[in-house]
Amino acid sequence: MNKIWIIAKKELGSFFDSLTAYIMLVAFLGFSGFFTWLYGADIFLRNQADLQVFFNIAYWTLFFFIPAITMRMLAEENKTGTMELLLTKPITEWQVVFGKFTACLLLILIALLLTLPYYLTVWKLGPVDHGATLTGYLGLLLMSATYISIGLFTSSVTSNQIVAFLMALLIGLFFHIIFDVLAHNFTGGMGTFFAYLGVSSHYESISRGVIDSKDLVYFFSVIFLALVSSEIVLSKRNLAD
Amino acid sequence: MDITVEGITKKYGHQKAVDGISFHVKTGEVLGFLGPNGAGKTTTMKIITCMMAPNKGGVRVGDHSIADEPMEVKSQIGYLPENNPLYLDMPVIDYLAYTAALQGVAKHRIKSRIGEMIRTCGLTAEKHKRIGELSKGYRQRVGLAQAIIHDPRVLILDEPTSGLDPNQIMEIRRLIKELGKEKTVILSTHILPEVEATCDRILIINKGKIVADGTPETLRKQATGRELLRIRIEDGDRDRVFSTLQELESVALVDPMPGMQNYFEVQSHPEHSSRRAIFEACVRHHWVLTEMTPMETKLEDLFRDLTVK
Repeated sequence: MNKIWIIAKKELGSFFDSLTAYIMLVAFLGFSGFFTWLYGADIFLRNQADLQVFFNIAYWTLFFFIPAITMRMLAEENKTGTMELLLTKPITEWQVVFGKFTACLLLILIALLLTLPYYLTVWKLGPVDHGATLTGYLGLLLMSATYISIGLFTSSVTSNQIVAFLMALLIGLFFHIIFDVLAHNFTGGMGTFFAYLGVSSHYESISRGVIDSKDLVYFFSVIFLALVSSEIVLSKRNLAD
Repeated sequence: MDITVEGITKKYGHQKAVDGISFHVKTGEVLGFLGPNGAGKTTTMKIITCMMAPNKGGVRVGDHSIADEPMEVKSQIGYLPENNPLYLDMPVIDYLAYTAALQGVAKHRIKSRIGEMIRTCGLTAEKHKRIGELSKGYRQRVGLAQAIIHDPRVLILDEPTSGLDPNQIMEIRRLIKELGKEKTVILSTHILPEVEATCDRILIINKGKIVADGTPETLRKQATGRELLRIRIEDGDRDRVFSTLQELESVALVDPMPGMQNYFEVQSHPEHSSRRAIFEACVRHHWVLTEMTPMETKLEDLFRDLTVK
């Protein structure tokens, strides 16, 4: 546990050292702020004091920003050879992967905390459903964790950050829309199956305020699977085959 | 802490990078790992540090086996990998604090250990700079500092002096010798004077196999089984001198030294000396012998003998 936190702290520090964090935060707040408050079907046209507009926007902005955060995490260490330093220290591969996962998730958490003024503003404007807002944030966090773990996996298999980024987007795209599109094209069992695989149905039900264990199981299994896959990639070097 | 390597083999595809290597290193010994590029030095070191698992065989560091207790093994080892990878965007101090924490150095001791490392490795002026701003020599020192920050009992250094200037090389060697007094050190290099200067024992490997093992002295003795003389003979016809020397009974090989007039290199048969015979031949032919120098066979020659095949 301690070692995980040491790695997470270092990674979070290098986010803020290398401007990545600031660029990501400014871009995230800029995009979602613009579309939430100023442009298109914005928050004032809803006649309802809630953050649904923001949640819909963040659902897409995070989808694009997360691979940009995770692409570096393991690919860079693979490339510069620092992975060798890390893996010859008395820590496990799981601690490396989970430490990096924690750092990314904390950065997203900071980004989401910075949108708290949105919530306070809406609260000033009218009666807000606090529970639904809370679960909306929870949904974003769970979705982020899912894409972070997928991003870490693609970052672990390559030493090229661009490849890691594109692969994370590609795999993410399946979860984000392609499974849903497939679900519409199939009926019966196949349709339900693909609908279950897509992130959106689970995200929507949580952000509407319904916390179903089925959805939680879905998110946690995808996260777990992706993280374990990255761990396996890292420990493959050490197999006697 | 002793290191025992037992018959390790590592294959990359069909090629055997390491082929059944076994050796034992005692506490307080500095072992020099010598071999041409691609001989399997780095692979062996990666196996000892738990970076890679061998296909066959095993390694014990102290009482711990790399297969069963990798955590214990790793915490006893300080490792400087080849090419010295570092986080270039981190300041020296932060980086050392990070490695110390990962190595499990107690929190209250981290600060004093960093101070000690910075002094030992001569990084005082550089401690607040980012590693990326440092020159190669200073980066090498940072690499060494991170390897010894947790006061490991075993040090594994893969080409610790590559890319350094002569002064820095001397310094690093001195440091390694100092550390080698109480720790077990394995270092790899392909620079021969380096092993002679720093190591108690040399292991020469070629194509994944050990081809020589011993102290620098014993290896040199092994190589100097035959006498080698450099002689200068004046007032004689070059070709006649050559053939006369070649006909001497104890002489195995005469080699006119290129670019140097009247100089010859004479190698005797094993266990024979040709000094008297050469002198007498000169007297017989009224040549003047102006120089006769016994030449020591250098480790270079042994290295070449063993590894160029």
